[in-house]
Amino acid sequence: MAMLTETPAGPVVLSREQIEEIGAALDEIRARVTDDLGERDREYIYSIIKAQRGFEIAGRGLMYLGFLPPFWLAGVAALSVSKILDNMEIGHNVMHGQYDWMREPGLNSRVFEWDTVCPSDQWRHSHNYMHHTYTNIHGMDRDIGYGILRVDEAQPWNPLRLGNPVYAFFLMLAFEWGVMGHDLEVENIVQGKRKWLDVKALLKGQIRKAGRQVLKDYVVFPALTGPLFLSTLAGNFTANIVRNLWTFSIIFCGHFPSGVQTFSEEDCAEETQGEWYVRQMLGSANIDGSRLFHIMSGNLSHQIEHHLFPDLPANRYPEIAPEVKALCEKHGLPYNTGSFSQQIGSVWAKLFKLALPPVLAGKPQPAGVIVVRRGQDSEVGV
Amino acid sequence: MVGLIDLVEKLTTPHPLDRYLELVRPTFTLRQMRAEITHVRRSAVGSVTLTLRPTRQWQGHVAGQYVQIGVVIDGVRHTRCYSPVNSDRRRDRHIELTVKAHPHGLVSNYLHENAIPGMVVDLAPAAGIFHLPEQRPDRIVLITGGSGITPALSMLRTLATEGYAGKVLFLHYNRSPEYVPHRTELEALALQHNNFRVEMLYPELGTDANFSYDELERLAPWFASAQTYLCGPPGLMKAVRTVYEAEQLADRLHSEEFVLTVAPGDPATAEGEITFSGSGKTIENTGASLLEQAEVAGLTPEYGCRMGICFTCTAVKRTGCTRNLRTGEVDADPDQPIQLCINAPVGDVDIAI
Repeated sequence: MAMLTETPAGPVVLSREQIEEIGAALDEIRARVTDDLGERDREYIYSIIKAQRGFEIAGRGLMYLGFLPPFWLAGVAALSVSKILDNMEIGHNVMHGQYDWMREPGLNSRVFEWDTVCPSDQWRHSHNYMHHTYTNIHGMDRDIGYGILRVDEAQPWNPLRLGNPVYAFFLMLAFEWGVMGHDLEVENIVQGKRKWLDVKALLKGQIRKAGRQVLKDYVVFPALTGPLFLSTLAGNFTANIVRNLWTFSIIFCGHFPSGVQTFSEEDCAEETQGEWYVRQMLGSANIDGSRLFHIMSGNLSHQIEHHLFPDLPANRYPEIAPEVKALCEKHGLPYNTGSFSQQIGSVWAKLFKLALPPVLAGKPQPAGVIVVRRGQDSEVGV
Repeated sequence: MVGLIDLVEKLTTPHPLDRYLELVRPTFTLRQMRAEITHVRRSAVGSVTLTLRPTRQWQGHVAGQYVQIGVVIDGVRHTRCYSPVNSDRRRDRHIELTVKAHPHGLVSNYLHENAIPGMVVDLAPAAGIFHLPEQRPDRIVLITGGSGITPALSMLRTLATEGYAGKVLFLHYNRSPEYVPHRTELEALALQHNNFRVEMLYPELGTDANFSYDELERLAPWFASAQTYLCGPPGLMKAVRTVYEAEQLADRLHSEEFVLTVAPGDPATAEGEITFSGSGKTIENTGASLLEQAEVAGLTPEYGCRMGICFTCTAVKRTGCTRNLRTGEVDADPDQPIQLCINAPVGDVDIAI
């Protein structure tokens, strides 16, 4: 697929003035939203929490009728919805500090825990800090392939890459465990760049958190249903898998469909705020969908808006999206969005294509946007 | 009970049980203490008296102590400290707070205008060392000004309920009689107990003098042998302290500072001192972000992005006012978590790192 911005005359070139203008326009949007935060946002997040708790209680309760297949299925569905809401629209967003301004102890980013095996403090490091600060920079943002997959041409190919789609499939099934292991940087330990001693504390936290999750879903709740132990265990397991499939799919649509750009460390040295914004826009992709779809994806379907303003409450993203899109159009920047099937199809096509050696995979995409920095043209993005 | 809660929390993990229960009813919480407002009375000009029914965790207060309440205003929970004004012997476990609406006080004005029965607030256990000793002194002087009346009122009412036989002088300064909360009740207490002397003075009306040695000597010639409890605006505090120090009675004077949220100064100027109370360091404010200034001071707080997006450097601001370098917003509330990398101090600030 050609870059959205590629014109017959070649890629779009952004001048320094344009970048500053984009930065100022985005700062203005941000200021307007922060000024307006209040009761409405509070009601929104509490309505989501109430819905999540409702689905959770319904799901756990339906397991008592798990011997009847329709009830078992309904229970799994309710529990899956509960876990998805907990992880995405609540957990992910709360831990970004989106609701810290409310000063509510139960919604504070520093203390919030979510319903997955990954301890929240480790996730805040690998995600909030590493991924959101160094988005799509090779060697800095470990979300480029999660240390396992080849999702960008700039990652070198080797014969092990042939298994790329298979690794992706297993990562999808066990996604919460993959997220948990993310901060360990296992490949750096294997390569000797990281000592086991450095990860001891991380492992301890993971065992503690995962232990509680496993105890709850695979021992205590099944035991509480007595003779239905195995049926409940299977239901809880299935709900965790459903959540994994969904979160993996939504998250991979955020940065890996065709059309997103990646960057080198040199590209991003001494970035200005405006350049940082442009990098976030070029490195993220949205998914079109209904209001319900956006809620179920934690509004990560508005990945572009989320990456520009990670600490603004997610329910604001749909409201500002048209303005961000108009700003992109004004400057000829891509605003990468598409239906869920388009975006996820594009992700899997890439996972298959990049499994192949470059000679077979064809030429990498040329950069669609060239950004003028300190008087010099930069080849890829910012 | 605690064992059972722990057990149930194995099921609700990773969320505390209260995060479920509060959705049913805000006062249904097992661990977190809250209180429901049962009565609202606006008798004195500019102040409101609230009766609160705390949840079962409430352990009571000692006359003179304060409690912290949390009130949600436009989606944001704000916390403030108030001294209960009721006797600490009150049997129904309710507490009464009298809140004076300060000109720039967000919470006090909100409560003054909007408090209604049924409203639920957060409540922290009573705290503070400004209270009567268990072994009551023979003679007691209570000196208060403005809203500093509240802890002394609790003390006087407690002494009244327990039939205290010693001498008490209750000396209160205010703008004019209609501003004095619980005035009629105070006067009634004085009539019922002839060992209580209640004096209300109004220097601003020109009818009374400001606090002085002569005034105190006139009202309570025995004051040197009493224990004195003082709470009021800075001017009054200073005048009383000067007298007690001159009389070498400083050890008999117990006082509580007014915890007023001061209006921030000019955010553009870099003034004041930053205290890093976790490490005992104090430096002059240079106007840079708190993270940079902490590093210059030789501290190594945890940080990540240094641009306000990752929340790694969040720390608790104990007191003082800070300005958000991204939004320009100033925050003068005590005990607030703030991001060190994008906040700069305005005047004196205390950060718990």
